[in-house]
Amino acid sequence: MSVVLEQIFQVGFLAAIIRIATPLAFATLGEMFSERAGVLNLGIEGIMLLSAMTGFTATSLSGSLWLGVLAAVLTGALMGAVHALFTVALGLSQHVCGIGVTLFSSGLAYFLYRLIFGQQSVPPSIKSFETLPIPVLSDIPVLGPAVFNQFSLVYMAMAAVPLAAFVLYRTPWGLSVRMVGENPRAADSAGVGVIATRFQAVVLGGALMGLAGAFLSMVQFNAFTFGLVSGRGWVAIALVVFGRWDPWRSAGAALLFAFVDALQLRMQASGLGHIPYEAFLMLPFIFTIVAMAVMSRNAIAPSALLKPFRREER
Amino acid sequence: MPAPLIEMRGISKRFGAVVANEAVDLSVAPGEILGLLGENGAGKTTLMNVLFGAYAPDAGEILVQGRPVTINSSADALAAGIGMVHQHFHLAPRLSVLENLLIGIPGKSGRIDRAGGLARLAEIGRQHGLTLDPGLPVSALSIGEQQRLEIVKALFRGARLLILDEPTAVLAPTEVDGLFSALRSMAAQGLGIIFISHKLNEVRALTHRCVVLRHGRVTGRVDAPASTTSSEMAQLMCGHEIVPPARGPSTPGAAVLTLDGISTSRHSGMALRDVSLFVRAGEILGIAGVSGNGQRALAEVISGVLAPDVGRMTIAGKVVSRFSPCEVQALGLGRIPEDRMTTGLVTNLPLADSMVLPRIGTAAFSRNGLLRPDAIRAFAEAQIKAYDIRCPGPMTRAGALSGGNLQKALLARELAFDPKVLVVSQPTRGLDIGAARFVHEKFLDMRARGCGIVVIGEDLEELLMFCDRITVMYEGRIVGTLDSADATIARLGLMMTGAEGHS
Repeated sequence: MSVVLEQIFQVGFLAAIIRIATPLAFATLGEMFSERAGVLNLGIEGIMLLSAMTGFTATSLSGSLWLGVLAAVLTGALMGAVHALFTVALGLSQHVCGIGVTLFSSGLAYFLYRLIFGQQSVPPSIKSFETLPIPVLSDIPVLGPAVFNQFSLVYMAMAAVPLAAFVLYRTPWGLSVRMVGENPRAADSAGVGVIATRFQAVVLGGALMGLAGAFLSMVQFNAFTFGLVSGRGWVAIALVVFGRWDPWRSAGAALLFAFVDALQLRMQASGLGHIPYEAFLMLPFIFTIVAMAVMSRNAIAPSALLKPFRREER
Repeated sequence: MPAPLIEMRGISKRFGAVVANEAVDLSVAPGEILGLLGENGAGKTTLMNVLFGAYAPDAGEILVQGRPVTINSSADALAAGIGMVHQHFHLAPRLSVLENLLIGIPGKSGRIDRAGGLARLAEIGRQHGLTLDPGLPVSALSIGEQQRLEIVKALFRGARLLILDEPTAVLAPTEVDGLFSALRSMAAQGLGIIFISHKLNEVRALTHRCVVLRHGRVTGRVDAPASTTSSEMAQLMCGHEIVPPARGPSTPGAAVLTLDGISTSRHSGMALRDVSLFVRAGEILGIAGVSGNGQRALAEVISGVLAPDVGRMTIAGKVVSRFSPCEVQALGLGRIPEDRMTTGLVTNLPLADSMVLPRIGTAAFSRNGLLRPDAIRAFAEAQIKAYDIRCPGPMTRAGALSGGNLQKALLARELAFDPKVLVVSQPTRGLDIGAARFVHEKFLDMRARGCGIVVIGEDLEELLMFCDRITVMYEGRIVGTLDSADATIARLGLMMTGAEGHS
C-alpha cells in the first residue's frame, strides 16, 4: 500500500486527476444545466463523440486549435438544439429522444470520419494544445506544476464551475432555469417563457458537452478514435445525481471520480500483485455505483425533470 | 361609479362541441370585490383563464381601463395589471419565498435584484398586513402562507386586479378571516378583486356584487349579496331549488370500527399520534380538520394501506392483524379514496375492469385463475344503470368520465357488496350540487341500513349537515369529538387550530 500512498502525492498524479476531471466537469455541468431545466439529456454520450470528431477534423483541416474548439462547441449546441426540438418543443419522451440522439450522433461521427479521412493504417493525429503555465502560481511546490501548469481548456473548466454557479443562482435567467425545472406552470404564470428557457438551457448544456468532447480529441488523445468517449457521458449523468444538481458538488463529484480513475491507472502501472488489469479498470465504475447508491437516497431531482410542458393542458 | 378597471364583453369560448362560455359580460370597478358564482363546470375557471391569457376567446373583447387589449399569455395579463391566484398554487416548493417572488422579474445589471425585492416585499407587507419570511423555502410554509405568497406575488408585479379561484377551499376558518381582511384592505386601496367560489355564505360576507354563471352563461347578477339569501343564490346557480337531504334519527348499534391508540411513523404527510376512535353501525362519523393534519394517514390505516407502529384496530369485532387492503376488505370495509383518479380507479382501463378490481379474485369475477368477462361486464352494466352513471358503456376508459360520474362509479363499486364500514375521503370534492346531493343521499341510505360511515372532509357545513358526530384532528392527534347537535362552525373552527374541545 505504501507504494500507492507515495504515488498519490506526486505532481504527475495530481496533474492526471485534473486532466481526467476536466472533460467530466464540462460534461457534468452541461448535463446539470439541462436537468435543472427539467430535461434529461441521454444524448450526452453521442454529443461528446460527435463534437470530438468535428473539433478534431476542423483542427486537422485548418491547423487552428481554437477553430476546432469552436467547431466542437457549435456541434454540441446544435445537437442540444436537436434534443430540445424533440423533447421541449414537441414534448416527446426524453429517454427515447436522448438515446436516439446518442445513436444518431455516434453513427454520424463514425460515418463522417471515414468519409473525410478514409481508412488509414496509422490514424491521423494533430498537434495538441501545449501547457500554459500561470506565472507565480505555477511555482507553488507540488500544487503549482500540477494545477497551474495546465492546458487552457483545463483553466476554462476551472472557471466554468464558479461561473455556472453564478449564472444558476445569481442571475434572473438562472432562476428561470431552476423554476422551469421545478414547476413550469409557476414560471409560465409569472410570464417566463418555459419552452424558450428550457431550449436555451439544453443548448447551453450541449455546448458544454461539446467542450468535453473537444478536450478528449484535442488535448487528451490528440486523435479521434471510435472508443474515445467510452462511457464518460454516462458517468457524467451519474455524477449530476451524485452532485445533487449543484455546480460545485458536481465538480467535486467529477474530481472524486477522476481521483479513483487516476488511482487505478497507477495501480495498473505499478503491477500490483498478480491481479488482472481489468479488475483495476472496474474500480471507478464500482465507485460510481456505490457512491450513487449511497448519495442518491436523499438526493431530490428537479420536480419537473422528464415532464414535458404543454400550455393548454390542465 | 368609477370607470371599470376591467371589462369583458361578449366573451365566448368553446372546446370542440362543449360551450364553456357564451356571451359573458362582466366588469370590475376599482375598489370593488366581485363574486363569481357557479357550480363546477359552469365556466368560472375557463372565463378567468381567458382573462389571464391561458385561453384565447372565440369571440368578445377585453378592455382594461377602457382600452381594448389582447391577452395571449400570462405575461400579457401581468403587463395589463391582472394577477391570478390559482386553485393549485403555482410555486416551486424547493425555492425560497424571495426566489418565487423574483421569478420573471428583470434583474439589475445582470443579477437577481435581491435588495430591491426585499424592500418591495416589506412594503407590500406593511400596506396589506401580508408578511412573509423571504428566506424560507416554500415547502416550509403552511397552505395559508403559500396562498399569501401567491397574493403578494401578484401585487409584486403591480396587479391592479386580483383573481382568486376558490381561495378558501384550502383554508381553516380562522385563516379565512385573515384572508378576507387582507382582501378588504386591498379593495379599500383601490384594487379590484374577482372572488370565485361556490360557498354562498362567504360570497355574501365578502363581495360587493355578484355574477352567477350556469352552463357558461350569466344567469344572474346580484347587486347586494349581503341582503340576498343563500337559497336565492343557490337557485340562480342550479336553476332549481335545492333541498338538503333530511337526516332522520337513528339508533346506532354496536361499534363496527374501532381504533385504539394508533400511531404511525412512516408517512410522507403528517403521521398519526395516539389516535383512538370508534364508529357504530348506523352512524356517520365526520373527521374534520385543516388538510394535512393526519387525515390521509388515518384513511390509509383504516383502508389497510398503511400499517401503524402501535395500536389496535377492529372491524366488525375482529382484530385487524396484518393491515393489508385485502384483509380489511374481507372483514367488510369499503373505501372511497380522496384521489379518485390515482388511488380510486385505473384511468386507462375500461370502467368495468376498474369497478371489479378490488374483488377481482373472488368467485363472482374469476374462476380457476381466469377472468369471467361476461360476469364483469354484466356487473358493470347493472351498476351503471342503478347509479345512473353517464358514460357510453362499461368498456369506456374510466378516465374519460366526469368527476361526478367517477364518484358514482366508486360508490357503486363499494356499496354493491354491502360493507359494514365505509371510509370516505372528500366525498364531494369537485362535484356539483346535484352530484353532491346524490352522494349525501347514498350515505344516509347506507346509514339507515346499518353501515358505519367515516367521512373525512374539510367542508364543515357539509359535515354538519349529515354527520352524527364530528371528530376534529390537529397535527396527527384527535382534538375532540362533538355530537353534531352541539357542534357549530365556530366551535369546530377553533378546535381545528388545536384548541381543546369538550367531548
